[in-house]
Amino acid sequence: MPIRTVMKANEAAAWAAKLARPKVIAAFPITPSTLIPEKISEFVADGELDAEFIKVESEHSAISACVGASAAGVRTFTATASQGLALMHEILFIAAGMRLPIVMAIGNRALSAPINIWNDWQDTISERDSGWLQFYAENNQEALDLILMAFKIAEDERVLLPAMVGFDAFILTHTVEPVEIPDQEAVDEFLGEYKPKHAYLDPAKPVTQGSLAFPAYYMEARYTLWEANENAKKVIDEVFAEFEKRFGRKYRKIEEYRTDDAEIIFVTMGSLAGTVKEYVDSLREKGIKAGAAKLTVYRPFPTEEVRELAKKAKVLALLEKNVTFSVGGALFQDFSRALINQEERPILVDFILGLGGRDVTFRELDQVLEISRKALAGEKFEEVNWIGLRKEIL
Amino acid sequence: MAESPFKAEIERVQREYSEKMTPGAIVYIPGSSVINKTGSWRVFMPEFHREKCVRCYLCYVYCPEPAIYLDEENYPVFDYDYCKGCGICANECPAEAIVMVRETK
Repeated sequence: MPIRTVMKANEAAAWAAKLARPKVIAAFPITPSTLIPEKISEFVADGELDAEFIKVESEHSAISACVGASAAGVRTFTATASQGLALMHEILFIAAGMRLPIVMAIGNRALSAPINIWNDWQDTISERDSGWLQFYAENNQEALDLILMAFKIAEDERVLLPAMVGFDAFILTHTVEPVEIPDQEAVDEFLGEYKPKHAYLDPAKPVTQGSLAFPAYYMEARYTLWEANENAKKVIDEVFAEFEKRFGRKYRKIEEYRTDDAEIIFVTMGSLAGTVKEYVDSLREKGIKAGAAKLTVYRPFPTEEVRELAKKAKVLALLEKNVTFSVGGALFQDFSRALINQEERPILVDFILGLGGRDVTFRELDQVLEISRKALAGEKFEEVNWIGLRKEIL
Repeated sequence: MAESPFKAEIERVQREYSEKMTPGAIVYIPGSSVINKTGSWRVFMPEFHREKCVRCYLCYVYCPEPAIYLDEENYPVFDYDYCKGCGICANECPAEAIVMVRETK
């Protein structure tokens, strides 16, 4: 029987890792994801998880050890956040380029300077071009489920890409919520054993991994990454469907909420989606035609789903906890790309909010609504809006 | 110059080396490095004086490539296809039988 209990997202991530039975976990503790390696080291020490837990001296070493382990041919897991992820930067590209299906849990946190340990998505968004698949969890249950599914998607022979699962720092990592822990047998049946056909070390059959490629080969190697990302879209749908069949929880690349007949749709990711759904309910009570949409999958970017979503609304309000300088937010850039050649497209309004743990409440969302309604009415509006900015101290 | 003992291996790799892109650009046929001839990187080349050689093998042991092998009489033979001209052999040689000279063609 699945156990229903309460736990933090960090614990949920550790449990997901335990259920997936990785053979190697290499991690360095960093706030807010510290609890993940702590909990996993407990599992390993207590004999509940038969794995090698490698204590490393930095995140650069952690991901390097993971690359080595995965190249040797075993299921591998790690966890980090913020500056730790940034320190992994160079090896992230190596993991993706070598097509090693490592899964990483991330407590999404702001990047320095100034030092800030609280939530926004700048860390993972900054690594969006590394070739890793990116998932964003709305709550602790999703953190657990998405990590399990990330293993299955990453290890699929059509994909073979590493995957990161992000969940908001403190809002999820340190908050207890009801979480259902699936049965070990059910997870074993769902995931199966990882048996790589491409990358494994066997003295009887030596191979060269991560070798040098001259200009005549490099571009083709990179193109195979592009193809794998495209293939992942189909695989993600299949795995989401299978997960729903087995465990009863439904996932979509873009989850829509009350979007039928909506004029304004609030688009966001992560835990903010919960607040936005509540807000949409409150607007519907007042008779305002609003809807919400949440990206569960950010890489590969769900272009087709975005185009479907765009047909339903007149204004898409993009709520983002990250900044791409001169552009606005990363979602704004991606949505613009997805919609630019479409005949009919909604107005895109970008909102940067909640940076470095700044609260996003109904008061901030009221400002979002006000600007979105201006755009809807055809009045002048700013394309990029910083919500909750304390202009008086500037 | 004696023929490289790796000749057969080089030919095998050149014959078998697949040009098809693999996942992660993994090279499934080992020994692909032999077709990457590093001798073209060289500026100075080791010049061998057989009459001074005491057959101590130090050059053979220290060559990092390894681009030195021994002939039937245990004299060193330099494989200029892979010798990068680092000069370690000349530095280690106690008999000064190896001299680094600027490569001219």
